[in-house]
Amino acid sequence: MAKRTTSLPTAGVGVFRTKRDRRIGLALTLPSLALFLLFTYYPFFKNFQLALYRAAPFPTLPNKFVGPSQFFSIFSDAQFWDSVRSTVIFVGLVVPIGVFLGLLMAVAAHQRLKGIRVYRTIFSSTVVSSAAVAAVVFSTLLSPVSGYLPSIGIHAPDITSSATWAMPMVAIVSAWQFVGLAFIILTAGLQSLPDDLLEASRVDGASSWTRFWRIILPLLSPTVFFTLIVGVIYGLQSFGQIDIMIGTQNSTFTHTNVLIYAIYRFIHVSADPGMAASYSIALFFITLVVTLIQFRILEKRVHYGQ
Amino acid sequence: MSDLLLFRNNADFTKTLNFKMPASRYGDTDGSGLERCFMSKVEFRNVNKSFGDNQVLTNFELSVDDGEFLVLLGPSGCGKTTALRILAGLEDVSSGSVHIGDREVTSEEPKDRDIAMVFQSYALYPHMTVRKNVEFPLRNAGVSKDEIKSRVDQALQTVGLSDLGDRKPGQLSGGQRQRVALARAIVRRPKVFLMDEPLSNLDATLRQQTRADIAALQRTLGTTTLYVTHDQVEAMTMGTRIAVMYQGKLQQVGAPTDLYHRPANAFVASFLGNPGMNLIRGSVQGGAVRVAGSVVSTTNLADRSDVTIGVRAEDLRIGDAGFACEVVIVEDLGSEVHVVCQSAESDRIVIRQLSATTRPTVGQTVHLAIDGATHLFDAMTGERCEG
Repeated sequence: MAKRTTSLPTAGVGVFRTKRDRRIGLALTLPSLALFLLFTYYPFFKNFQLALYRAAPFPTLPNKFVGPSQFFSIFSDAQFWDSVRSTVIFVGLVVPIGVFLGLLMAVAAHQRLKGIRVYRTIFSSTVVSSAAVAAVVFSTLLSPVSGYLPSIGIHAPDITSSATWAMPMVAIVSAWQFVGLAFIILTAGLQSLPDDLLEASRVDGASSWTRFWRIILPLLSPTVFFTLIVGVIYGLQSFGQIDIMIGTQNSTFTHTNVLIYAIYRFIHVSADPGMAASYSIALFFITLVVTLIQFRILEKRVHYGQ
Repeated sequence: MSDLLLFRNNADFTKTLNFKMPASRYGDTDGSGLERCFMSKVEFRNVNKSFGDNQVLTNFELSVDDGEFLVLLGPSGCGKTTALRILAGLEDVSSGSVHIGDREVTSEEPKDRDIAMVFQSYALYPHMTVRKNVEFPLRNAGVSKDEIKSRVDQALQTVGLSDLGDRKPGQLSGGQRQRVALARAIVRRPKVFLMDEPLSNLDATLRQQTRADIAALQRTLGTTTLYVTHDQVEAMTMGTRIAVMYQGKLQQVGAPTDLYHRPANAFVASFLGNPGMNLIRGSVQGGAVRVAGSVVSTTNLADRSDVTIGVRAEDLRIGDAGFACEVVIVEDLGSEVHVVCQSAESDRIVIRQLSATTRPTVGQTVHLAIDGATHLFDAMTGERCEG
């Protein structure tokens, strides 16, 4: 058998054939690698280091090394579990409302109607408004003293004093903001569905309702699943609207003290970076576990087509 | 070979269908099937369709008789699929009307038209099993569970997929998916079948087999069928009649052999047949049809200085007499040889020869004579000249 002297051209692993190629490849990835190291990986590992130290009673004294005991101590802390409960309620309100409304609007905007692009722009616009703007706008609308809604006779509950309504109202504002992102993701998913299938279902006599439940939703389930995960992560990391609408100066802040806000308070109010880092690690693991559970449970109901 | 349909010969096929559908053409036991089949004539009345400035259908008039298998044939972009989609209710007309049976359905929803459609991509629901796919239209129609079961069993048996009911489309071959799409269409017992190039995704062998099976199925069911294709072999072998379309206009409607032997214009002549009819510039002088001065045929037409002469590849002979042209390609197809020539009168003239015949060589100048039918078309309009 003749010895093979030539090799077939390959992609991927064969791209870096020479040392020079490897050096060029490394040089090209270096800027983004440096940014990742500096702003993502360094803070991530630094956080674990911070959690090992207890804050000194005075800023001039050195922090005390306590090992992992500080992290484990938060599980016996009632305030931590209050924050976990607030976080669960917050995410439990924001994600279903956001995904449901986003799906509703995406399906409505998927019709071939005149001027539908205008509606698509309006529906997706909430994603480009910042949390601060959204919070200020809604606070202005709802304020019992100077709000626009009370001025026209609609009296919304005062979120700065109502323990019942503080969390739902903040969640509604967060959901309003998330709807835009959910709408964009779900619209992209809808547009990728084959027209033939929807047309076949029309010929097969399916009503709009049947078409949605039996054809569109199952085919869209991977996108809905993705939107749910994005929504949960968004909910777990929401901060701005809580800070602006409720803050720490109002009596209802204990009802909106979600984990991310508790972390903020440890840094800026208690000046305790060790506890803030411990809460951050807990939030990291909660996010990880929730996402893994979502993958395990929800993915069973997802249809990835062919 | 597992892709091939269950019904490898028509005897098996007909036997199965007859066994399952003895009472009437639809297998109905209440006798309503016979009444329905007389109500399924399809008509397009002066239909126009445009997308913006693009006129896709112009004054489209077509009538499909009850139980007929009509093939809409034309090149890509000629408007045939648009016509089918208008009949299905998936596109609106710009003007005109569409009728199924004695009912105008122009503005009716697809589900109210009592039609079934087989799409080019088959359009099977990927998240449903084969059985769920087939029963989907029946569930939507509110048919009882027992009835659904028996009709789905029957449909799956008809297309030879009884054993694959629990599989999903992604687990099937192209040919099997195509059969699921057929089963989903026939299970409804609709007034009209619409088929949009259903064989175009199959390989050549499977396409040939499936072609025969669909034609046999349609003959047995007797359901009015409108079948869209750009493949003239499919059209010739399957259709009771063929409607040839070009640039949004109907060119000719008729039986396959009529269109083949008596095309209404130069387009139909060149589009039908494999290879299509040769079109050669010539003239008529004193009853003689001439090409480059050589008399190739006779006619009773008045004198014309410019006429298009249509002649089939099998009606041309290479010999010592006739008009001269140069051989540019010689294609050996095994059983026959196609000799492609060029001359000042035509860019492409194909001569079909038997393999055994002495074949010319590329670059050789040969003389061609016509030994068969000659068709004359107006050189300007392309319309057939009647003598």
